[in-house]
Amino acid sequence: MQTSTLIIVLLLLSSALYYLGRQRSLTVANGEARKLHSLPSYYGYYAALWCLLPALAILAIWNGFETKVITTLVVNGLPDAVRNVGDAKLGLIVNDIRNLATGGMTSVDPDPAMIAAAKHYADLRGISHAALAVVALVIASIGGFFAWRHIATGHRARNKVESIVKGFLLSSSTLAIFTTVGIVLSVLFEAVRFFNQIPITDFLFGLQWSPQMAIRADQVGSSGAFGVIPLFVGTMLISLIAMVVAAPTGLMAAIYLSEYANRKVRAVVKPMMEILAGIPTVVYGFFAALTVAPFLRDTGGILGLDVSSESALAAGLVMGIMIIPFVSSLSDDVINAVPQAMRDGAYGLGATRSETIRNVIIPAALPGIVGGMLLAVSRAIGETMIVVMAAGLSANLTANPLEAVTTVTVQIVTLLVGDQEFDSPKTLAAFALGLSLFVTTLILNVVALHVVRKYREQYE
Amino acid sequence: MSNQESMNRVRAGLARRYAAERRFRMYGVIAILLSLAFLLMLFVSIIGNGYTAFQQTYIKLDVNFDPAMLDPTGSGDMKIINRTGDFQGVIKQALRDAFPGVTKRGDKRNLYGLVSGGAGFELRDRLHADPGLMGRTVSIWVTADAEIDMVVKGHIDREVPEDDRRVKDQTIAWIDALVAEDRLEKRFNITFFTAGDSRNPEQAGIWGAAVGSVYTLIVTLVLSFPIGVAAAIYLEEFAPTNRFTDFIEVNINNLAAVPSIVFGLLGLAVFINFFGMPRSAPMVGGLVLTLMTLPTIIIASRAALKSVPPSIREAALGIGASKMQMVFHHVLPLAMPGMLTGAIIGMAQALGETAPLLMIGMVAFIVDIPGGVFDPSTVLPVQIYLWADSPERAFVERTSAAIMVLLAFLVTMNALAVLLRKRFEKRW
Amino acid sequence: MEIAMNTSEAVMSPESTIENGVLAPVRDAVGTPLLAREDARMTCRNVNVYYGEKHAIHDVSLDIGKNEVIAMIGPSGCGKSTFLRCLNRMNDTIDICRVQGQIRIDDQDIYDKSVDVVPLRAQVGMVFQKPNPFPKSIYDNIAYGPRIHGLSNNRTDLDEIVQGSLQKAGLWEEVKDRLDQPGTGLSGGQQQRLCIARAIAVSPEVILMDEPCSALDPIATARIEELIDELRSNFTIAIVTHSMQQAARVSQRTAYFHLGDLVEVGPTEEIFTNPSHKLTEDYITGRFG
Repeated sequence: MQTSTLIIVLLLLSSALYYLGRQRSLTVANGEARKLHSLPSYYGYYAALWCLLPALAILAIWNGFETKVITTLVVNGLPDAVRNVGDAKLGLIVNDIRNLATGGMTSVDPDPAMIAAAKHYADLRGISHAALAVVALVIASIGGFFAWRHIATGHRARNKVESIVKGFLLSSSTLAIFTTVGIVLSVLFEAVRFFNQIPITDFLFGLQWSPQMAIRADQVGSSGAFGVIPLFVGTMLISLIAMVVAAPTGLMAAIYLSEYANRKVRAVVKPMMEILAGIPTVVYGFFAALTVAPFLRDTGGILGLDVSSESALAAGLVMGIMIIPFVSSLSDDVINAVPQAMRDGAYGLGATRSETIRNVIIPAALPGIVGGMLLAVSRAIGETMIVVMAAGLSANLTANPLEAVTTVTVQIVTLLVGDQEFDSPKTLAAFALGLSLFVTTLILNVVALHVVRKYREQYE
Repeated sequence: MSNQESMNRVRAGLARRYAAERRFRMYGVIAILLSLAFLLMLFVSIIGNGYTAFQQTYIKLDVNFDPAMLDPTGSGDMKIINRTGDFQGVIKQALRDAFPGVTKRGDKRNLYGLVSGGAGFELRDRLHADPGLMGRTVSIWVTADAEIDMVVKGHIDREVPEDDRRVKDQTIAWIDALVAEDRLEKRFNITFFTAGDSRNPEQAGIWGAAVGSVYTLIVTLVLSFPIGVAAAIYLEEFAPTNRFTDFIEVNINNLAAVPSIVFGLLGLAVFINFFGMPRSAPMVGGLVLTLMTLPTIIIASRAALKSVPPSIREAALGIGASKMQMVFHHVLPLAMPGMLTGAIIGMAQALGETAPLLMIGMVAFIVDIPGGVFDPSTVLPVQIYLWADSPERAFVERTSAAIMVLLAFLVTMNALAVLLRKRFEKRW
Repeated sequence: MEIAMNTSEAVMSPESTIENGVLAPVRDAVGTPLLAREDARMTCRNVNVYYGEKHAIHDVSLDIGKNEVIAMIGPSGCGKSTFLRCLNRMNDTIDICRVQGQIRIDDQDIYDKSVDVVPLRAQVGMVFQKPNPFPKSIYDNIAYGPRIHGLSNNRTDLDEIVQGSLQKAGLWEEVKDRLDQPGTGLSGGQQQRLCIARAIAVSPEVILMDEPCSALDPIATARIEELIDELRSNFTIAIVTHSMQQAARVSQRTAYFHLGDLVEVGPTEEIFTNPSHKLTEDYITGRFG
C-alpha cells in the first residue's frame, strides 16, 4: 500500500471512530448529553485521536528508517567484489540499484548482479510496505477500540483531548528550538570534519583562500588554501559600503516620516518603502550586475579610475539600497516609542523641531537605533544573492572598494552548487564557512535584540 | 540677566537656528527622495529591459508538408511520423525556397539560423492537430531565432561595424527582405508563459519555474501556517512565564534574523543528506522555507492574538468555557485576519527567496514541468538567477520579464495583505 | 487620610492591631452570627490572596447565603474585586496570583486540585464591569454557554433557553426581532443585560457581578438594579460596587472591605445606619473613598 493511501485509510478509520465514540457516549448516557462529563463530540475526538496518533507515529518512524535499513540489507547482499570499491563508488552503485528498482535510468548498463540486487531491493520494499500497512492498521484499530471501551459518563474526554491539543501547541512552539539546534548541529558536525583535515588555525588566520584541491599531485594552481580572512575582509568591506548608504538614508527617512511628514506624504511614501523592502534579493542582484556595475565601470573609466566590473562598490551600493527600508522601519518603531512627553518638554522650552530631534529624541532612542543598525549589519553580512550575482569569486585581500572582492556567502554558494562529494574538504569548507557566518550573525542578533528589548522595556 | 536681555539673545540666535532646522529637514527630504529614486531606477531598468520580452518575432514560411521527408516509409501513422519525420528539413526547404539566391553552404547555414531550432516541433504539433496538411503547402508562422528577435527589437545595433556584431549584414538583409514581404512580425510571446526552461532563449519560458514555485509555496503554507499559529497560541495564551518560554522566544526572534543561506545549509545537511530526501524537490524547498517563514508567521500571529481584548477572554471563561474552548471559539476567529495577513507576508517572503534553494539543488537546469512535490524543479527567483547568468542578450530581456512577473505576484500578495488588514481591522 | 495611614501600618504589623485598637475589635465584631449562615451557598474561610509578593487579601471569611444579594463595597484597591474573582476562580488566568484558604460550594473546596474550573464556572457565573458581548449574533451570545455545556438536546431546547434567559434579563421584548444581529450593536445597558442573560443561560446558582453598572448611564443602571432584584428569587448574587447607594438599593447584606481586609459585614440597613466600625462609618459618610 502506498503511504498516501495508507494515510487516507487511517483518516477514514479515525473518522469512523469519531462517529462511534460519539454514539457510544450518547448510549452510555441514555441519550442525555447532560449526564456526560464532556460534550459527545469530545468522546468522538478522543476515540479518533487514539486511533490516528499512534498509527501515524509508527508510520513516521517506519518511513524515516525504511530506506536506510533496506539499503544496508541490499548492500550486505552484494558480492564482495562490488562491496569493496570504496564509499563513493558504492554510493553510485546503490543509487543505480534504487533507480533500477523503481524503473528509472541508470548511469551504467546494469549487470546481472545489479539486476538481482535491484530485485532484492524492490522485494524488500514491497514487504516493508505491506508490513507497515498491517502494523499501522492493527495499531489504529487497537487504539481506537480501547479508547471506545473507555468511554463512560464520568470519563473526562474534554480534558484529555485538550491536553493532546495543548501538547501539539507546545511542540509547535518548541520547533524553533529544534531548528536552532538543527542548524548548529548540521553546520557544526560537517565543520568539525573539515577541521580534522584543515587545522582550525589555518582556517581562521590564513590569508589565502583558493579552495581548489589538487586531484592529482602534479596539478598546477590548486594550492587548496583555506584562509578565511580575505573572505571576511571582503564581507566587511561590502557591508560597510552598504551601511554607509543605508544608515544615514534610512535613519533620516524614518525621522522625516515620523516627525515632519504630514499624513498624505506618509500615506504615499510608506507603501513605497514597503515595496522596496519586498523586492526579492535576486532582483537587486540582477539590478546590480546589469545596471549599477557597468555604470560604475564606465563612470570610473571616464574619470580615469580602474573600476572592476565586479567591484565591491556596486554590490555594496545595491545592498545598501536593499537595507534602507529595513533601517528605516526599525528606526521608525524606535522613534515612535519615545514618549510624547519628552518631545513636549523640549518644544515647551522653545526648541525647534530639529533641536528636539537631535538633542532629545535621538539620544533617547539611541540604544534602539544602535540595535537596529546591528541587525542591519547582520543582514548585510548574511545577504547572499546580491553578492553572488554582483561581487567576484576571487579572494582579494584588499580594502579598495573599486576592486573585486568575494564574501563568505558567495563562497558557500560556489562550493555547494553543482556536483559535489560529501567528504572533500572543498564541500566541508562550505559548512565551516556556514558555521562562522552563523556564529557572527548570532552574536550580532543576540546583542542587537537584547539592546532593543531593554530599550523597549524602558518606555513600556 | 534680565528678561529683555535674554530675549534679545534668543532673537539673535534665531536665524542660525532656523537655518539649521531647514538644513536638517532637507536631509530628511533628500533621504526619502534618494530611496524613491533608487526604486524608480530599479523599476525603469527592469521594465525598460524586459517589456519587449512579452513579444516575440515570428516568420511566415510557405511550408510544404512533403510526405517524402515527413513519412518516408509511407506508413501514415502519426506515431512513426512523430519519431522519424524530418520536420526541421521541411523548414530548411521552405527557407531555401524563400531565398532561392542562397547557394553557398555557409550561407545556407546562416539562412537556417533565421528560425528557431524548435520550429520543427511547431510544425509537428500543427500536423498533429490537422493530419490533412500532409502533402500540402501552407503559409505558417514559425518562431524566429532569438538573435533575429533581438535585431527586430533593436537590441542589436545595426550601426556597429559588422565584425563587432553578432548578426551579420547578410542576415540583416534577409530580415529586411522578410519585412518588406510582410513575412515577419512581432506577436504576443505565448511560449514565455507556457514553456519550461530551455537553452534557446526563444523557446524558454517561466511556466516550469512558476509551477515549481506554486508547489513549494503550497508545501510551505500547509506546514508553516498551522504550526506557526499553534506556536503563537501556545506562547500567547498558555505558556507560563518561565525560563523555558523565554528561551523559546529568544530562539524565535533570533531565527527571524538568521541569514537565509544558513537555512539552506540546514536543509542540505538534514533533509537531503540525513533523511535522504530527493534533491531539487519542491518538498525539500518547502520544508526549508517553512523553517524560514515560521518566525514571521509566529510573530505576526502573536500580535494578532494580543490585539484581541481580554474582556472577550473573560466573558468566555466566565460562563465556563475551558481555556481551549475560549481560544478556539472566540480568540482565534477574531485574530484570524491578522494571522492570515502575516501568513501572506510570510509567503511573499518565501516566494522571493533564492539563496537557501540554491543549497538544496533547486538550481538545476530543468526543462520539464514538474508534476508533483517530489519532482525535480526550480522556482521563479532561481530561474531568474539562472537566466541572469546566461550571456545571450535575449536572456537579459527574459530575465527582466520574469522579474516583472515575480514582482507582479509579490505586489498582488502584499496588496491582498493590506486589503485584508484594512477590511478586518477592528478597533476595540 | 490619617486614619487610612494608621490602618495600613496596623495591617503590616500584627501586634499593632491590638495596641492600635482600631482593627482588633473589628475582627471579633464580624462575629459568628453574621459570619456563618445556616443557608450559606458558598462559604469562605481564611482566604488570602497574593499577587506575587503582594498580599492582596488578608484572611477573609465570609458566607454567601442562598437567594440573597450580597454587596461588597469599599474604596478602590481594597480587594473587593479580587475577592469576587476568587469565587469562581477567574484569578486562575493571572499567572502570579495565589489563593490560600478555603472557598467551599456544596462542601467541595473549589481550589481543590481535583476540581475542574469548567463546571465550577457553569455553577458560579460572572458578569463583568464592562459589557463584553462576543462579536457574534445576540442568539449565539446566549446559546454559546448552553452549547459548550451540552445543556440542550436539540434546536428547540436551545431556542427555549435563549428566550427564557432573555426574558429573565428583561431584554426579550427589545431584541426578539433581531436575534441574528450582532450583540455588539446594542446599547451599553442592553449589552450588559445581554451579558446577564448569557450568564443565566447556563442556569448557574451563584452570579458574581463585578461593578456591572460602572460603565452605564443612570437610566440603564436603574434597569439593571431592578433586574438584580428580580433575579434574587432564582439566584444567589454577589455584587461588587463602588456606589454605596447602589449597595443600599439592591442588597440584603453588605460587606465592607478595606485594604485587603474584610472590615465589617452585616444586613445592609444596619451597615448604612449603624456601622459598628469607625472605618465603615467614615467611608459611608464620605470622609474618604
